Amino acid sequence: MVKLAKYLKPYILLIFLAVFFIFVQAMSDLSLPDYMSKIVNNGIQQGGIVNAVPEAIRKSEMDKLLLFVTPEEKEEILKDYTLVDKSSPDYDKYVKKYPILSKEPVYVLKSVDKSEIDKINLPMGKAFLAVTGVEKAKASAKNGSIEFNGKKIPANVDLFAMMSQLPEEQLIQIRDEMNKKFASLGDNMVIQAATMAVKEEYKAIGINTDKIQTDYILHTGLIMLLITGLSALSTIMVAFFASKVAAGVARDLRRDLFARVESFSNAEFDKFSTASLITRTTNDITQIQMLLVIMIRMVFYAPIMGIGGVFRALSKSVSMSWIIALAVIVLLGIISALYSIAMPKFMLMQKLIDRLNLVTRENLSGIMVVRAFNNQKFEEERFDKANQDITKVGLFVNRAMAFIFPSMMLVMNGITLLIVWVGAHQIQNSSMQVGDMMAFMQYAIQIIFAFLMFSMLFIMIPRASVSAERIAEVLATEPSIKDPENPKQFNENMAGTVEFRNVSFKYPGAEEYALKDINFKVLPGQTVGIIGRTGSGKSTLVNLILRFYDVTEGQVLVDGVDVREVRQEDLRSRIGYVPQKSWLFSGTIKSNLKYGNDQATDEEVKEAAEIAQAMEFINEKTKKFDSEIAQGGTNVSGGQKQRLSIARALVKKPEIYIFDESFSALDFKTESALRKALRERLKSSTVIMVSQRVSTLLHADQIIVLEEGKIVGIGKHKDLLKNCQTYREIALSQLSEEELA
Amino acid sequence: MSENRRIDPKQMPRLRGPGMGGGPHGMVRGGEKARDFKGTMKKLIKYLSAYKISIISVFILAALSASFSIAGPKILSKAITKIFEGVMNKITGQGSGIDFEYVGKIILILIGLYGLSALFGYLQGWIMSGVAMKVTYRFRKEISEKINRLPLKYFESTNQGEILSRITNDVDTITQTLNQSLTQIITSVTTVVGVLIMMFTINWLMTLVALLIIPLSSLVIAFIVKHSQMYFREQQDYLGHVNGHVEEVYGGHNIVKAFNGEKKSIEKFDVLNNTLYGAAWKSQFLTGIMMPLMNVIGNLGYVAVTVLGSWLVIKNAIEVGDIQAFIQYIRSFTQPIAQIANISNILQQTAACAERVFEFLEEEEEVPDNPQPVKIEDIKGNVEFRNVRFGYRPDKMVINNFSASIKAGQKVAIVGPTGAGKTTIVKLLMRFYDVNEGAILIDGHDIRDFTREDLRSLFGMVLQDTWLYNGTIMDNIRYGRLDATDEEVIKAAKAAHVDSFVRTLPGGYNMVLNEETTNISQGQKQLLTIARAILKDPKILILDEATSSVDTLTEIQIQKAMDYLMKGRTSFIIAHRLSTIRDADLILVMNHGDIIEQGTHEELLKKGGFYASLYNSQFEKEEEMAS
Repeated sequence: MVKLAKYLKPYILLIFLAVFFIFVQAMSDLSLPDYMSKIVNNGIQQGGIVNAVPEAIRKSEMDKLLLFVTPEEKEEILKDYTLVDKSSPDYDKYVKKYPILSKEPVYVLKSVDKSEIDKINLPMGKAFLAVTGVEKAKASAKNGSIEFNGKKIPANVDLFAMMSQLPEEQLIQIRDEMNKKFASLGDNMVIQAATMAVKEEYKAIGINTDKIQTDYILHTGLIMLLITGLSALSTIMVAFFASKVAAGVARDLRRDLFARVESFSNAEFDKFSTASLITRTTNDITQIQMLLVIMIRMVFYAPIMGIGGVFRALSKSVSMSWIIALAVIVLLGIISALYSIAMPKFMLMQKLIDRLNLVTRENLSGIMVVRAFNNQKFEEERFDKANQDITKVGLFVNRAMAFIFPSMMLVMNGITLLIVWVGAHQIQNSSMQVGDMMAFMQYAIQIIFAFLMFSMLFIMIPRASVSAERIAEVLATEPSIKDPENPKQFNENMAGTVEFRNVSFKYPGAEEYALKDINFKVLPGQTVGIIGRTGSGKSTLVNLILRFYDVTEGQVLVDGVDVREVRQEDLRSRIGYVPQKSWLFSGTIKSNLKYGNDQATDEEVKEAAEIAQAMEFINEKTKKFDSEIAQGGTNVSGGQKQRLSIARALVKKPEIYIFDESFSALDFKTESALRKALRERLKSSTVIMVSQRVSTLLHADQIIVLEEGKIVGIGKHKDLLKNCQTYREIALSQLSEEELA
Repeated sequence: MSENRRIDPKQMPRLRGPGMGGGPHGMVRGGEKARDFKGTMKKLIKYLSAYKISIISVFILAALSASFSIAGPKILSKAITKIFEGVMNKITGQGSGIDFEYVGKIILILIGLYGLSALFGYLQGWIMSGVAMKVTYRFRKEISEKINRLPLKYFESTNQGEILSRITNDVDTITQTLNQSLTQIITSVTTVVGVLIMMFTINWLMTLVALLIIPLSSLVIAFIVKHSQMYFREQQDYLGHVNGHVEEVYGGHNIVKAFNGEKKSIEKFDVLNNTLYGAAWKSQFLTGIMMPLMNVIGNLGYVAVTVLGSWLVIKNAIEVGDIQAFIQYIRSFTQPIAQIANISNILQQTAACAERVFEFLEEEEEVPDNPQPVKIEDIKGNVEFRNVRFGYRPDKMVINNFSASIKAGQKVAIVGPTGAGKTTIVKLLMRFYDVNEGAILIDGHDIRDFTREDLRSLFGMVLQDTWLYNGTIMDNIRYGRLDATDEEVIKAAKAAHVDSFVRTLPGGYNMVLNEETTNISQGQKQLLTIARAILKDPKILILDEATSSVDTLTEIQIQKAMDYLMKGRTSFIIAHRLSTIRDADLILVMNHGDIIEQGTHEELLKKGGFYASLYNSQFEKEEEMAS
């Protein structure tokens, strides 16, 4: 996986942008419960009043409050307020806002910053409570008297006026007692309770308190709406950047992989197998693309959400954090238990699916044999066994999976209940507010989801890394055949010669030699036949001429030069090759015939098709040379493919022709006509012809007989019949004695 | 925001298929439609009716599970309201605060409710998995049995991969629907209805606002689905082009190299790759924003509920706990709506798969055997073709009025150029196809009067395509006669000259042939199929180009084995190389599907017809060489 990291480099800016927007999104998502909590706490519970510092207060009321604060606090408070009365310059403006002004003077809060308010918040809160307490006591007076400061006082006495007369020491004593009482409430609760008094004061001043409340809620709601919009925008941006990155990385990888594979020699193709290279270039890369999108999102989003959630939750309540830890542990436990139980079964499942497919495939491909031997029942039983196996494992896996969802919901719901129970006690102790508890519940669930997401990542990363590994392996493979740094030129005087000098060859990784001590020379214009039984090394030998592989020992010379000393392109441009297995490319007949020679004229193409005996069927097609060829040439028959592939080599007009069992799909009549035409046309070219049929090689200038990678005979047909046992055997197995004579 | 965001089982790692290579199938696989949706669904429901008790109980459990979990938030809201009231009392100085007894009671009730919901949820999944696996098993079993009842014709016109994909992919999709989507539908519907009811009992105004989310989210879904499917299809198309190019260039690697086509192919690849990139990121983008956008809609609902709820609390229309409940409800609202919106897609897709499976199961089967079959005892092996007319398609006869009579023990050769239809005779003989007119008789009985099993037990067949299966060599030879003892198997192997070779293999007769049967050579495989035929000890033998894919020396070995096999049996030999059949008692010459000449080697040569020219062209004459 790490090996492919450099492919992310060109996209670093896009990734950065994606991460930025993920961050924005996570932060927005995280802040919503906080605002909800504010709405509940401040908006509903406190009537939209956030603190105990009123924006306006009657002078008479303020005076009462000031009785319950220390002189330093008093100074601090008065510093933040301006006294407004009828004589004030802004009277007209203020009287609209605070109607009571017409009757008595009012203190108005200056526009001070938040730290200043925080400073006076608690003293004022306590003072408010104290004042309310006194007034309440007065209201609930029994027998016309109340108990104040240890004395019985008539209820109609102006207590505040009385207090203002008291000496400072006594006031301190009252304040101390008051503080003691409030300590049990907690600072938070003091403020909350004081906001009630503030509300009362606002009413007295004539401020519309309902409006304050609705305004607060609407205002907060608007912020939430903006945040939601931001989150939506971020989400879209993230998806945009992530998909750009993923598709881009996929494109770059695909391009490099393809170019790399194109540089491979057959040795690398053998090592990986063609099918595997195809899968790596197609499926594996698609897989990477899909996983990359999800990973970009999850790798960053989950931790940001998780960590952010923890912070937010802690800000609501530190002492309840153990609940989140508990939830995460329980969930991780469930996940890892399921993972360890189900994962091996998943692997097994894959094998069983393969098995089921294999059995079916075998049944289908052998349908005639199965019926000929009346083994239908046997096949059904074989299938049934595979089917039962897969059903058993599938049932187990599915039932294990069915456990996930209900158990997670249970954990989630359980956590909610736990938070309510524990939270209620904290609320009772005034260490948190109801809105905070509600927010905490939501944070807890956000954190849990972040963990779940993260654990999904651990399932996905191994999957992605399997694909990445397979791709990296190909990219890291150097082609074993490369052009020389100082390529030589061919010796034009020797154009058309092919020589093998003491050539031995082993396939990479093989122990046995596929070819051993091969020596022969083909002169310009000669035709050489190569014959031998399957696996004797015939195709291997011609592959060495084309430098599909490099020799292990010895030298292959074309036009007098070692093939390893010239550019591959130069070498191959001199050779017309017709492979054993015909292969056409999608396009038209013409585009295929011109594959080796773009410059060929229509006349040349037609001539080649005539020699290759392909005109007959080309003419039968409505679009002649412009007829479509499907991918892999599936819309033409084997024999037609072979003829087109011969014509393709002919259009190239090379010095040397290699036919590797190129007539196998042709019937005898077509083959003999073709051979006749080839002999006429290729008189001046060197021809190397691999065949199993003696009849094909009768006229060759020399025939090389291969047996287990060694030359066991070399010469003309008649000589070989006399002095080469292997050749005789092959010839006899095909033709009768008199026909050979 | 993610509270109550349901874990969509589809987002879990896929449990099926060739996992790694599953590719884009894991994504939106939309656009697939059944031709006859209603009919197919009816069939599927009928198919499922065997499990109706289980399925109904699953429905009930799923609905109960969903209802219980829906009731939760509303009940919880009472606790939260109680807590809030407690606090308010405390603030205003009335009462002692929170009523823990009440809160505790509610929490206990909820523990029970959530516990039951989880239990029912799991139970439901457990039962449904069982049903789904049973259905899958049954489907697969029926398909596999169906394969053996279909006429050969079917397999020659249908791609193997297609049948395979029915057994795995299509059946899998049906299972998946049963296993997840079906209960998901029930759960989703219950949830939506239940949540709606709950919401209305709390406050109708808030519910109406919440309901605004439905049109909003369905608009978003419709928009995205429409566009993403367009781009997705486009992406699949371009991906197909890229993959096609890769396949043909890699597959023809030698040709590309030999013709110096590397540069050309890279240039073409770049063009295709860049086009793919354009479609890929768009498709990826649109599928990628679906879920997040649903979340955003959820968040909008959240905001609306919070604001409106607070206002209503102030107006004393609802309580604080109701806000919490509403938040939970609105969150559990969007996901099921998305799922319900997807139902028709899922059902369509399932119907498309089910349709293919049912189609296969309903394919026309072979003509039933004669109910009063002729016994096969004492069959000698005389074969007669009497005025046989046959065509693969009724409007195109290939064999016109063919008659021939073969005595027991005679050797018949069928020759002709490639594609002349030589195997047709074999297929008719073994009744893989029935003649259109005339009859084929064995010892005077029309072959249609035998049961197929009896008829085929008379024949032994060795084909060019050496079919063996992934089992031991012993098992593979025994395939000729399943009740044969080990000794009989080894005896047959010896007769086929394959015994000594088998003994050199690791594990000998117990060596397992690998899946592609590539761990022994072609010639050896051919010898095993001959041993298999020898073991069967048939009356009539068919050898179909049994030696064409091996070199001539191996061929001699195989020939020897076949000569042994043919002794005393009526045999039909299809040959590519004419040298092997000169001594045949009868040579049938075929071209363009029809039998155009018949006679012995000498007769046919004398006649100077197609056979003669075929025979002569095989071996170039000296005078031809001179030209």
